[in-house]
Amino acid sequence: MSGPRYAIGIDLGTTHSALSWVDLQSEGTAPQILSIAQQSGPGTVQDLALLPSFLYLPHASEFATGDLALPWNAAPDRIAGEWARSHGALTPIRLVSSAKSWLSYAAVDRRAGILPTDAPPEVERISPLATSTHFLQHLRDAWNHGHPGTPFDEQAVTVTIPASFDPAARELTAEAAKAAGYQSITLLEEPQAALYSWIAGSAGDWRKQVQVGDVILVVDVGGGTSDFSLIAVTEDAGNLQLNRVAVGEHILLGGDNMDLALAHGVGRGLAAEGKQLDPWQMRALTYACRTAKEQLLSDADLKSVPLVVPSRGSKLIGGSIRTELNRELVTTLLLEGFFPAVDSRARPISRPRAGLTQIGLPYAQDAAVTRHLAALLGRQLGATAPLAGFAQSEGASFLHPTAVLFNGGVFKSELLAERVLSTLNAWLAAEGAPAARLLQGADMDHAVARGAAYYGQVRQGHGIRIRGGTAQAYYVGIESSMPAVPGLEPPVQALCVAPFGMEEGSEAPLPPQQLGLVVGESVRFRFFGSSVRREDQPGTLLDFWSPEELQELAQIEATLPADGHATGEVVPVQLRARVTDIGTLELLAEATGGASWKVEFDVRDV
Amino acid sequence: MTEPQALPFFSRLSMAVGSFFALLGDGHLAARVQTLRNGAPLASEVPPPAPVQTPSPTRVRATANVDAALQLLALLQRESRFVDFLQEDITAYSDADVGGAARLLHGGARKVLKETFDLEAVRTEAEGSRLTLPAGFDAAAVRVTGNVVGQPPFTGTLEHKGWRATAVRLPALTEGHDTRVIAPAEVQL
Repeated sequence: MSGPRYAIGIDLGTTHSALSWVDLQSEGTAPQILSIAQQSGPGTVQDLALLPSFLYLPHASEFATGDLALPWNAAPDRIAGEWARSHGALTPIRLVSSAKSWLSYAAVDRRAGILPTDAPPEVERISPLATSTHFLQHLRDAWNHGHPGTPFDEQAVTVTIPASFDPAARELTAEAAKAAGYQSITLLEEPQAALYSWIAGSAGDWRKQVQVGDVILVVDVGGGTSDFSLIAVTEDAGNLQLNRVAVGEHILLGGDNMDLALAHGVGRGLAAEGKQLDPWQMRALTYACRTAKEQLLSDADLKSVPLVVPSRGSKLIGGSIRTELNRELVTTLLLEGFFPAVDSRARPISRPRAGLTQIGLPYAQDAAVTRHLAALLGRQLGATAPLAGFAQSEGASFLHPTAVLFNGGVFKSELLAERVLSTLNAWLAAEGAPAARLLQGADMDHAVARGAAYYGQVRQGHGIRIRGGTAQAYYVGIESSMPAVPGLEPPVQALCVAPFGMEEGSEAPLPPQQLGLVVGESVRFRFFGSSVRREDQPGTLLDFWSPEELQELAQIEATLPADGHATGEVVPVQLRARVTDIGTLELLAEATGGASWKVEFDVRDV
Repeated sequence: MTEPQALPFFSRLSMAVGSFFALLGDGHLAARVQTLRNGAPLASEVPPPAPVQTPSPTRVRATANVDAALQLLALLQRESRFVDFLQEDITAYSDADVGGAARLLHGGARKVLKETFDLEAVRTEAEGSRLTLPAGFDAAAVRVTGNVVGQPPFTGTLEHKGWRATAVRLPALTEGHDTRVIAPAEVQL
């Protein structure tokens, strides 16, 4: 075989995953969506366009023999997909959800069996890494089942990740793919994938829809995460170029929070009437609210939508609870709660956490997507400064986008997309800037997977490639040498090891500073990232920084094995940063003489 | 209709021997042969209009499709509580209560219908409009009623546009799955 026949794009989502593919031998064809075989009930296998990212760990005697069978596995011991989601809602102690958010949560050991977090001891828990591996494996099996002549492993595979994933989460995603048997993969940021999908969908027309000087804001609000990216349009030798200049922070906030908020809002009303809902009814209410919300958000004339919460028993009419979802509630909870029309100077409100918190995901404390957006644009005011042809107007207090592309199931509601756009345009108008226009024609559910498949084509040399590289500069913390002062911690300096915008397959120059590593011991470094310091080069040493400039990430660890050295010997090393072809960052501790050791991003808590 | 051609003697002989055992072994066949010997015409000899009711294959198909029927019922129950709704005595409830349940049924059953079948109207004309059926029209897809006399073309009013399934997508079943369980009993532990 000369090369891959298909480019496969995988959207490994927090709540849903999808697989798209495109034939590399026939140029110009649109990416297709794979119908993913999955259990939709006991003994029932259905082909669905999305694989819900839920994993159910069944009890040995819970289901009849053979009722879990998949076309490629007669007796799986776990259920992934639609049935896992619907059944798991009734037995949450055996349901693993939001594994992707756990995979990016540095405060837990992501290789350890920790999920479901509230499972009783007898349930065998699974690690976030193994859960992601399971979904990737399922997608691979589903492909192989449908395409016996063109095995998955021989195709060019792209897996998408949130733009806000830190180096450790990227590395873990690549590791999960490897564990799922993927031969070679490339990582692609989801907002970029959404833009690729838009380019693919415009059939060449995109060059007419954007021009040099445009700043495209991609707003991607999925089921569980919100992700922003800014892409600038430049020109090189007469050709349009796309440059991803900035990405947002990792925000755990999405459509599922919105459905849940609505269900609880309606549930509170019912409780006030003395009608208590059990968890089963609560789930039914959440489903009903999702559908009703979509109706209300797509039809501005509708005042309210009736909701029926059926009883669980076989008496359907006798035990049902009838209520309604009215526009007022949707407006207050969704529009004002998640998309308030705030000022451009608004910033997310963070409450200090209560002293004792249960182990759980670090959900966004401020539910307002628009405030997170204002914070990003404010922080990235200078993002386009290094590019030619981007004259930011005098006195601008935030970066002015000129076009907006929406992505994610939440924006199937035009009302919500409209609210974000009008809020942004109000900010722009206040600073005398022209309104941003909407880039039309996005497919909210599958854009990321489609874009990833298209990217596989781009990598073969067909079509435009978004330039970007790493969206942060990275620093290690080193203690400055100064005389000890009792009660005072020695101040920490940040040494830049990886500059902003490192491209795939590139290597940063060595910083001149040498660090001492003790042979046979593991040394931990504090690790920082900055999404705004674009000029720092390896070796730049910062004595002072504002919390806006540098964010502390999880610690990193270097261990020097004792071979060739005496234990306890101090070896001077330099830190070399490299971005792999996959798209992950690597840090190597290099000793004089050429020996080098990998620095681990994902450090286990001891 | 054409009368079957007479067979030569040796063909008749071998057929007679074969039929002897076949008739001994198959009561249904014997009954049918008896009808034929009593002078009833063969199906091929019966003049049209004939194929309103299709012969025996229908019965065989129905038995083979029990799984699909049960599966569809299970889907309707899962998504729309179809069986619960029909099994409940609704006489005592108000229209508002029944209406609420009907809404639930409608939403879920519609989803099943959409996911399982691709439907199209048999006739694309607006209901109430006049149309002409040419000679040789598909009698299975269009039913003429009322003043049915003379020869086509027939002209009449479209009362119902009809539905036709263009695709059926029932989920696959695993080997040995008991489709007779339309909804399992639920026990909360």
